[in-house]
Amino acid sequence: MKQKFNVITSSCIPLPLENVDTDQIIPARFLKATDKKGMGDNLFRDWRYNADGTPKKDFVMNDPSYSGVILVAGKNFGSGSSREHAAWAIAGAGFRVVISSFFADIHKNNELNNFVLPVVVSESFLKELFASIDADHKTEVKVDLPNQTVTNLATGKSEHFEINGYKKHCLENGLDDVDFLVQNRDKVEKWEEANK
Amino acid sequence: MNTLFDKIWDKHVVQVVADGPTQLYIDRLYCHEVTSPQAFAGMRERGLKIFRPDHIFCMPDHNIPTHDQDKPIEDPIGRKQVDTLDKNCAEFGVTEFKMNTKDNGIIHVVGPEKGLSLPGMTIVCGDSHTSTHGAMGAVAFGIGTSEVEMVMASQCILQSKPKSMRINVNGKLKPGVVAKDVALYIMSKLTTSGATGYFVEYAGQVVRDMSMEGRLTLCNLSIEMGARGGFVAPDETTFEYIKGREYAPKGEEWDKAVAYWKTLKSGDDAVFDKELNFDAADIEPRITYGTNPGMGIGINGNVPTLDEIDENEQAGFKMSLKYMGFEPGEKLLGHPIDYVFLGACTNGRIEDFRAFASIVKGKQKAEGVTAWLVPGSWAVDKQIREEGIDKIVEAAGFEIRQPGCSACLAMNDDKIPAGKYSVSTSNRNFEGRQGPGSRTILASPLVAAASAITGKITDPREFM
Repeated sequence: MKQKFNVITSSCIPLPLENVDTDQIIPARFLKATDKKGMGDNLFRDWRYNADGTPKKDFVMNDPSYSGVILVAGKNFGSGSSREHAAWAIAGAGFRVVISSFFADIHKNNELNNFVLPVVVSESFLKELFASIDADHKTEVKVDLPNQTVTNLATGKSEHFEINGYKKHCLENGLDDVDFLVQNRDKVEKWEEANK
Repeated sequence: MNTLFDKIWDKHVVQVVADGPTQLYIDRLYCHEVTSPQAFAGMRERGLKIFRPDHIFCMPDHNIPTHDQDKPIEDPIGRKQVDTLDKNCAEFGVTEFKMNTKDNGIIHVVGPEKGLSLPGMTIVCGDSHTSTHGAMGAVAFGIGTSEVEMVMASQCILQSKPKSMRINVNGKLKPGVVAKDVALYIMSKLTTSGATGYFVEYAGQVVRDMSMEGRLTLCNLSIEMGARGGFVAPDETTFEYIKGREYAPKGEEWDKAVAYWKTLKSGDDAVFDKELNFDAADIEPRITYGTNPGMGIGINGNVPTLDEIDENEQAGFKMSLKYMGFEPGEKLLGHPIDYVFLGACTNGRIEDFRAFASIVKGKQKAEGVTAWLVPGSWAVDKQIREEGIDKIVEAAGFEIRQPGCSACLAMNDDKIPAGKYSVSTSNRNFEGRQGPGSRTILASPLVAAASAITGKITDPREFM
């Protein structure tokens, strides 16, 4: 899971829907695992497959004209349940980046903790990107983490995106928060002493 | 500035990471069987022991059946998840309230009722409805499994400080209108993302007048408007509720604790990033019509028409109505229903069962309606029996099942079949939430009870 992140250029899978909740990203009946394996197979399960397991032809991930490691979704992506299984499913299906104009808080952290980069763009950037992908399914986007820019290569439109310096360092170097916190246990002991 | 949220948060800051998040100390970590196994496994892989095992309480709740809990769980995968929690708790030395023991129940029902969730605490759990514990006057929020592992490893979490919001609900609620309706009303005004990035303090006369059960329901639903969490400043109602509970401070410790808890309120000069006011007089019994909790209307209202919906949201709105089998502009009162679910961390407490019983007493469940009445914990179950609520509902054709999360997310056998309508006191009406293809209408225990009697979406005031 600790995949180092730098610059990614890829075509996209578009999901032009708002309020995509984590129950849609991965339904509760797939949360029974005790490990993280295989979650990607059930990403968007009930939109992607019929009850008998056959693919639904009209779902974007089943359309071979779309491909890539960037998921582009409408506003308020990842709302609802805190299940990190949603982030495991996104990572497990091979996505490295999710672009949206707005993310739900818990899910956004879950993506970052799994080395999937949530990129927040403006409504206008998102709208134009959906249009570009609609016109040409092979439209590529360049996500440059060191420079914190995201570029629609079809139109050349580019935007700066926010990420705190600490988390950026973690992504670029394949470090996680547990590593950091364990190194800082002495500070925790001091806090406990002061707050007895 | 100088909000109660600031006071609790700031007290728990271990350090602010340079150009990064805050390292926040956590007083209480709750774990259930669904979002903890990978965190325990991570600890094992790293060769770490749990840093503060006495701060952690675990219990299985999502997978457990609501009947025959004395027998092994039939579903082998669900059983393995529950067994894994048992093994992990034993191996790592943390307290577990096991299935089918008097201590077990839904984590967000058990924490407050055992006196484990207390004012001024920071509380987390790998579950978005952790916001429930905010009713005790605590900063409580849901986290992911990686974050659960962080707390196991260091009793801390890395978080950016959310913005603060105060929601005042002023006036007095009308008869038949309860905490669930207040929450559904606020959500419909704010949408499911209206409070994203914020921590909410609920205030105003309506909140002051609410029982602890009502406050727990209100705070439970904070996440459904996107809020990181929601809480109510502690007051005499809070102290009265906590006093004498199993893990509550006792004797001198109690006096000391109450003295501190009394300081836990926002200053008169507190400045919130956002402040909203609602009037109780505007709130009717509520139902939802769509596939997110913000898609709600008064019970006598109509589904919105397409031109009332923002252009960007129209695709989702249409998809939602198609899924629900409703038409734009349709009036839902009187619409036939198939299932009723009373329970969940939202409405699985004693007061919810009292409310349900008050409506069904002396009447009969409609034929063709399947009703699942699931207490939030064994302690709630015990109280139901002590108060004779079981007899009242049984006489009306209902039965009390065994405690657990049940049909709220249908990880056990309690699944609503595809296409069927469920009036549910739970928290989410997402597509497939109560089982693949299920159609959920969120409502209060009063609306659920009235609808169970008539077999149609019904205004409970008809029976009051």
